[in-house]
Amino acid sequence: MRHIVIIGNGISGITAARHIRKRSDDRITVVSGESDHFYSRTALMYIYMGHMRYAHTKPYEDHFWAKNGIDLVRGWVERVDTTSRELELSDGRWITWDVLLVASGSRSNLFGWPGQDLRGVQGLYGLQDLERMERDTTGVRQAVVVGGGLIGVELAEMLHSRGIHVTFLVREPRFWGRVLPEAGSHLIERHLREHGIDLRLGTGLQELVDDGTGRVKAVRTTNREEFPAGFVGIGVGVSPNIGFLQGSGVSTDRGVLVNGFLETNVRDVYAAGDCAQLQAHPEPGRPAIEAVWYTGRMMGEAVARTITGERTAYDPGPWFNSAKFFDIEYQTYGRVPAILDEGHDAHTWEHPDGRRSLHLVWEKASRRFLGVNALGVRLRHEVFDAWLRQGASIDAVVAGLERAHFDPEFHRRYVRDLAQSFMPVVP
Amino acid sequence: MSRSDRSLSLAGPHHLGVGSTRLAAWGAGTGTMVLVAALFGFGADHPALVLGVGWGALALAVLLVIRGRYVGKPAGVRNDGVFHRSLTARGAIAWALGIAFTAYYVALYWFPESIAGITRLFDPLSRLLRGRPADQWFAYGGFYTFAVLVMGAKFLVKYRHSRYQTWRTVSVMFFQLGFAFLLPAFLALMQRPEFYFSYFWPLDYDALWPGTVGSFSTTTLGLWAIGIGLVLTFVATPVLTFLYGKRWYCSWVCGCGGLAETAGDPFRQLSDKSLKAWKIERWMVHGVLLLITLLTALLWVNSALEGGWLGSFSQGFAKAYGFVIGAVFSGVVGVGFYPLLGSRVWCRFGCPMAAYLGIVQRFFSRFRITTNGGQCISCGNCSTYCEMGIDVRSYAQRGQDIVRASCVGCGICAEVCPRGVLRLENGDWKLRLEER
Repeated sequence: MRHIVIIGNGISGITAARHIRKRSDDRITVVSGESDHFYSRTALMYIYMGHMRYAHTKPYEDHFWAKNGIDLVRGWVERVDTTSRELELSDGRWITWDVLLVASGSRSNLFGWPGQDLRGVQGLYGLQDLERMERDTTGVRQAVVVGGGLIGVELAEMLHSRGIHVTFLVREPRFWGRVLPEAGSHLIERHLREHGIDLRLGTGLQELVDDGTGRVKAVRTTNREEFPAGFVGIGVGVSPNIGFLQGSGVSTDRGVLVNGFLETNVRDVYAAGDCAQLQAHPEPGRPAIEAVWYTGRMMGEAVARTITGERTAYDPGPWFNSAKFFDIEYQTYGRVPAILDEGHDAHTWEHPDGRRSLHLVWEKASRRFLGVNALGVRLRHEVFDAWLRQGASIDAVVAGLERAHFDPEFHRRYVRDLAQSFMPVVP
Repeated sequence: MSRSDRSLSLAGPHHLGVGSTRLAAWGAGTGTMVLVAALFGFGADHPALVLGVGWGALALAVLLVIRGRYVGKPAGVRNDGVFHRSLTARGAIAWALGIAFTAYYVALYWFPESIAGITRLFDPLSRLLRGRPADQWFAYGGFYTFAVLVMGAKFLVKYRHSRYQTWRTVSVMFFQLGFAFLLPAFLALMQRPEFYFSYFWPLDYDALWPGTVGSFSTTTLGLWAIGIGLVLTFVATPVLTFLYGKRWYCSWVCGCGGLAETAGDPFRQLSDKSLKAWKIERWMVHGVLLLITLLTALLWVNSALEGGWLGSFSQGFAKAYGFVIGAVFSGVVGVGFYPLLGSRVWCRFGCPMAAYLGIVQRFFSRFRITTNGGQCISCGNCSTYCEMGIDVRSYAQRGQDIVRASCVGCGICAEVCPRGVLRLENGDWKLRLEER
């Protein structure tokens, strides 16, 4: 019986632990400094907003782990020794392992701004961040959020739910401009403003101002404006959390370098999730690090197979993702770039209420369907997944859109509106 | 620019403003005090006016909450602060309300004379509708219907972006007002036995007892009523449940469900989601169904043998059922404990109708909640807001469709899901349990 030690109890580590347990009798230990039990990181915002309590965010009841023979150890990993096959926790405890899975996730980026260590300035990644935010937003009336991505908009919504006025600084000229096509950006921008968010596009963070007690009181922007802020939320992306691997002999770049089987350069050491950097992504064109819930889960499942003897390549299939911007849900299937590539064509349908849109992309010459973005409309995953895997044509997709309708019963079938609006451009 | 500048002056665009909260509290307080004072004979000379003022003040309070929380704001899921508020997070206010509700039910069932002051307030309305003075049950029906309508209106505004929620809520409001309140009153006015077409056996547990059948079968209307009841129980129920799931009844028609979906909506998150609760639920709810089936059969056997075989045993059994299940469980615990245990305790643990519908739904129905591929993020909103205590997430995160006997199809899991993962559907019933 081997001892399999997993660093990190997030979605990757826990998915791996569960699948290893299903497939073997090996001893499994999951180490986490963040929490005693697995909880859903994506639900952090809802705890702050009072939609749920922490306990609600735990997908398994506490008795699940002992019942399934998964040992949980609370502690931060300090360093890893791959020759003696041991790791050391920050409290001095040592754990020996036969197989090691690094699933240690990310940490929030901070780009060296003056004043970034002031109290009341933070990112949002884990439970400790939530505790700090709870403490540091008490009594705050005005806040600034930096970074026009998914965490930035979550921070804005959280603060807004507590009646805190939010100034939202986005460095790019439009919201989530590296990911969303232009019309989609504008749709979200309108919605944020409808909620009373003071959205400042093309505005970056310059520095944070001390109130004299070590606490933030204002921010200065790259446009030389100053905004009062009792709290500053930073959502400018994340980087792999792998500092403890220094000197371990495990090859790293920005993340832990892994091959297509999620194996590192050291035998019996694997990596999965946010912290893993693929040397070659199985889906061409996709980034080497994808810090996304879904990919983390798929990596966890794949690496569990490999660890238990069925060497399995990580194969995530067609890209998909989802998010929610205040009240507007976002789903994407396939590849929908922010700016249309050469030789591709796109069609956008937007509802007159300006709160929902669908955006299709295809290859001009072959008419092969490439991807779809949905804002404020729910689409059926398995239908689009099948179209993408089959290489369906845009015409077949438009003709079959009815099957992809996933909004609740009695709701208008917006896919029909999309199909109708598409007609004129089809020769 | 002007828009963001304007918002600077707003303390909290999303929170119920302090002014609105205070006014709503005053309204609720006034309404409650007027009704409590009526217990001690206050307003006996002007019952209609006093009831009007009491209801008016309560309705105003709800209206102020609607205005403060939803009106003038973008439509969407608004559960901000649910676990921060005393009322909705089992705080002191929730306990006080739970105790008050429970006391009312105890008085209603066993000490009706103690609430005669309130019953008298309903005399004018009862005379108008039924041509006779009110009894405690008419007053109870009045409060019940008032709660479904006022809190239904709040629910309609809260979920105004969802047509499924809108239609469902209009439906429960219609059935409560029309079938559970006005129609029985009209039958009373016509000197007919009060009959509730929206309740039938086994929920209306004595509807098929020999005594009831005997007394109803003396008139043509009574025979019709029994016939309709039989068709509803043994034909309409399985057919409609096969087509649409148990929701056609539990969250579209039923009065208990109607109250849970409207007045109970603020408490849906309090249901117990543990595996243990599910185990208890299965034994209890099916036990009650077994009990009422057995009891009904016994009563008929006893009636056929003219009491010769079972003596007074079946009558005693019937009385005990009426007390424990009919009064204590469905009334005192079922509604009295809303603010502490959530809104569907009766439906989940005690209702024999739900058990019957559930068996049909589990094994012979096209209804399921479809999970949208791999899009679940395990956040837990669906499970938290499931009033029936179903751990919806445990299915969704595995990409499985949800087929559970207890699901009443309220559709709130699909509303609160931030990733559009869940959809209530009727489809091919053989395919629904297959792993995808």
